[in-house]
Amino acid sequence: MNTTAGETVKSAAPAFYCTEEPHPQNGALLGFWIYLMSDCFIFAALFACNAVLGGSYAAGPSAKDVVDLPGLAINTALLLLSSVTFGVAMLAMAKDRGRATLAWLAVAGVLAAGFVGLEIREFIHMVAEGAGPDRSAFLSSFFTLVGTHGLHVTFGIIWLITLMVQVGKYGLTADNRRRLNCLGMFWHFLDLIWVGVFSFVYLVGVLR
Amino acid sequence: MSRSSRSAEPRAMDPRQAHGHDRGDRVPHASLKGYLTGFVLAAILTAIPFWLVMDHVVHDKDVTILIILALGAAQIVVHMVFFLHMNTTSENGWNMLALIFTLVLVVIVLGASIWVMYNENANMMPMSPQYAHRKTSW
Repeated sequence: MNTTAGETVKSAAPAFYCTEEPHPQNGALLGFWIYLMSDCFIFAALFACNAVLGGSYAAGPSAKDVVDLPGLAINTALLLLSSVTFGVAMLAMAKDRGRATLAWLAVAGVLAAGFVGLEIREFIHMVAEGAGPDRSAFLSSFFTLVGTHGLHVTFGIIWLITLMVQVGKYGLTADNRRRLNCLGMFWHFLDLIWVGVFSFVYLVGVLR
Repeated sequence: MSRSSRSAEPRAMDPRQAHGHDRGDRVPHASLKGYLTGFVLAAILTAIPFWLVMDHVVHDKDVTILIILALGAAQIVVHMVFFLHMNTTSENGWNMLALIFTLVLVVIVLGASIWVMYNENANMMPMSPQYAHRKTSW
């Protein structure tokens, strides 16, 4: 008697919770997107620093003296090509072609490594010329912003190699596809940040 | 092209149907044509500012700076649309909401920093003459 009464009460009671879990289609991608947005704030702060300190040369070299425009153009092209190549790798992945995916990922990785290599060379050259990060507020903000971006790309390459080993070992499993999609967002995002870097820090820096 | 690939995958619209066989690889409307269009647009939008600066095309500095910033903003939109596949419907609009929130905060951070620090600089004590000449003498 008591139990039946209890059950009727229970079934008539309003439900304050979802009987079925709302299942996001791909929680990882949305979560990773939110991480990228928070990464945007790091870069926004560094861009703000550069905007404020970009004219404080402390009688040292200005952007005009340290920027090598042809080298910058090559660097920009490398990163843009790397971004497109990664996209092609994602298309190969969508068609379940594991070997083509790995090949395109390798090309994207090599292009990005070329970008980082040229950037390190530029940094070494600048420090050797006495235009290191300790020279002026402008150079501090320059090295911090460009260096943070370069560090992101470097870690992206490490992540890429890790995933290439994973794909080589286990194939294009659901987990590996999800990871590659996240890395793809990271990769394209870094190219997007680079647009801001070369436009604002380098080209506008040379002009002002 | 975005419409066709969307309708070809009706399960993406219904979360319960996507439940069982989520392969984690549904990048909406990614296509080779899309990547190549994005690449060509990005290359053009990159080449113009480099050309403006390297060949000193426009004599007014401020105009050149404005053009470069406008082209940079356009290129960022190109990257968003063609490489990151941003649209208002992905993840039920949460991607776009997070992006708009970020943009608002970035504008506040950048705009306020530049505004405040510019006034700070403008109201600073003038530089003493023995250092003033060194600023341009590098």
